[in-house]
Amino acid sequence: MSGLTVSDDDFILNIPEPVFLGFLGVLALLLVGTIAALILPRAQPGKWTDLGPRMRSWWVIVILVGGALVLGWQATAILFALISFLALKEFLTLAPTRKEDRLIVLLAYLSVFVNYGLIFAESLFQDSYQIYLVFLPVYGFLISAAAMAWIGRTEGYLPTVGIIHWGMVVCVYNIGYIAFLMRVPDAEAPAGGAGLVFFLIFITQLNDVAQYCWGKALGRTKITPSVSPNKTWEGAVGGWLTTAVVFYFLAPVFTPLSPLHAAIMGVIVPMAGFFGDITMSAIKRDLGVKDTSRLIPGHGGVLDRLDSLTFAAPVYFHLLAYFAIERF
Amino acid sequence: MLQTIRRYGLMLIVRPIARLLFGLDVIGADKLPKDGPAIVAANHNSHVDTIVLLCLFPAKLLHKIRPVAAADHFDKGGFGSWFSKNIIGIIPIKRGGASRGEDVLLAAKEALTRGEILVVFPEGSRGEPEEMTRFKTGVARLVEFHPATTVTPVYLQGAGRSLPKDAKLLVPFNTTAVVGDPLTWNGSHHGFVDELRARIEALKAQAPPMRWE
Repeated sequence: MSGLTVSDDDFILNIPEPVFLGFLGVLALLLVGTIAALILPRAQPGKWTDLGPRMRSWWVIVILVGGALVLGWQATAILFALISFLALKEFLTLAPTRKEDRLIVLLAYLSVFVNYGLIFAESLFQDSYQIYLVFLPVYGFLISAAAMAWIGRTEGYLPTVGIIHWGMVVCVYNIGYIAFLMRVPDAEAPAGGAGLVFFLIFITQLNDVAQYCWGKALGRTKITPSVSPNKTWEGAVGGWLTTAVVFYFLAPVFTPLSPLHAAIMGVIVPMAGFFGDITMSAIKRDLGVKDTSRLIPGHGGVLDRLDSLTFAAPVYFHLLAYFAIERF
Repeated sequence: MLQTIRRYGLMLIVRPIARLLFGLDVIGADKLPKDGPAIVAANHNSHVDTIVLLCLFPAKLLHKIRPVAAADHFDKGGFGSWFSKNIIGIIPIKRGGASRGEDVLLAAKEALTRGEILVVFPEGSRGEPEEMTRFKTGVARLVEFHPATTVTPVYLQGAGRSLPKDAKLLVPFNTTAVVGDPLTWNGSHHGFVDELRARIEALKAQAPPMRWE
C-alpha cells in the first residue's frame, strides 16, 4: 500500500507536503484577515475594534501550533500540556471550590504531568496507551474522590469532587488526545501524525467559522435559546454539512480512511465539536461569566478557544483508531 | 547596575512565571498611573498581591514602582531582605513599636518627592483570605504631604486563594485586578481612606464571580 507510506519526496523542510500546503493556506487566510484588520476599522470607525487584537492572537496561535507540529511529537506534547494546564487553571478558578480543596486542586494540576508523561512513556512501553485510556477517567476519579474524603469536609463534597474530575477530563484527558495523535507512526497516515493533528484542528475551526457564516446569512430559528442565544438551526446545520463535505473530500489527503469511514467521521466529528461548544457555553452561563479569562486578546481564555476541540478530539481519535490506525 | 538587574529580573523571570501561575487578568489597565508621584492602593490578601501589582506596569516604568511593605516581615536581614529591597524594590515601613516623634512614613514621602509610584495596601496586613478589613490612614497622610499625588484604587481578586496567610503551599489560580479612577486629596484622613475603601469595594462588581468558601 504505497499510498499510505510517506516517502522522502513527500517532505518539504521535514514536513509532510499536505501539512506544508495546509499551513500555506492558513497563512494566506491570516494575511487576508490582517489586511482586513488594517482597513475595516478605518472604513467604519468604532465597529471593528476587536479585529486587530483577534488577528494578532491568531498569528501567535498558528505560529505556536505550527512550530510544535514541525518540531515533532515531543514539542507538541509539551505545548498541549501547557495548554491543558492553562485551561484547567481557568476552569478551577471559575468553578466553585472550597478552602480545604487547595491540595486537591494542586493534585489536579499534577495530573497534567502524568497524563502527558504517558504520551512520552509510549517510547518505553507500548502499554502506556492503555494506561492513558484509563488513567484520568478511572484512576483520576478514584484518587480525587478518596483524597477529598480523606481531607474530611463533607459539606459540598459531591459537587466539588464532580467539578475536579470534570475539569481534569475535559481540560487534560480530552485535549491530551491531540498530542497523542502525533504518535501515530508515519507509515500509517498519508501525512503522518502531524497531518492528523492539522486536519482535526482545521476541521473544528472550519466548523466554527462555517456555523457563524451560515448563521449570519440565513439564521432565524434559535437552536439552544437558553444556552447560546446566538446559535441557530440554520447556522448549525449549514456549518455541519459544509464541514462534513470538506472532511469527506480532504480525508484522503490527511487520513488513511476509506470513503465510507470518511463519510461517517465527516458527519460525527463536527457534531461532537458543536456539542463541545454548547457544553462550554452552558458552563460559562452557570458560572456567570462571558469569557473564561483574558489571556488571549480578542478571544478570551484558553477554554473559550478550545471548547469544540474538548469534545471533537477524543471522538476523532477513537474513530480513527477503530477504522484505520493499527497502532491504537 | 542593580536597577538593570531588577528590571530584567522582573521582566524576564518574575513576570513570565507570575503570568503562568496567576494569569494576571487586568480590567481598566489604561487607568494605572503613567508617571509619579502617584500611589496605587489595593486590598491585601496574600504576598502574591505585590507581585501581581508589580507585573501590571510596563517595563519602562518598573524602576519607579516601590511597594511599601512591613519592615518586621520583609526587612529581617539576609537574602530575603536583599531580594525584597533590591529586586521587588520595597520601601520597608515600621508597623507599631516606632518611637514617638519618629516619622515612619519618611522613606515613602522621600520616594514621592523623587517622583516614584508607591504600591500600598491600606489594610496594613493580609488578614483573612479574600476579605477586606478597615483601612489605616497612612495613605491619606502621604497624600496630604504631597497633594499633587493621585491615588489609584485597585481591587485584587484570587491571590488570597493561591497563597493565603500562613499557607505553606502555593496553588496556581488566575487573579484579576480591577483598576478604578484616581482619587485626589479631600482634606480629611478618615474621609479619604473611607472613600478609597468604598471605591475599591465598588470595583469588585467588575471582577468575575468567585465562589470559594
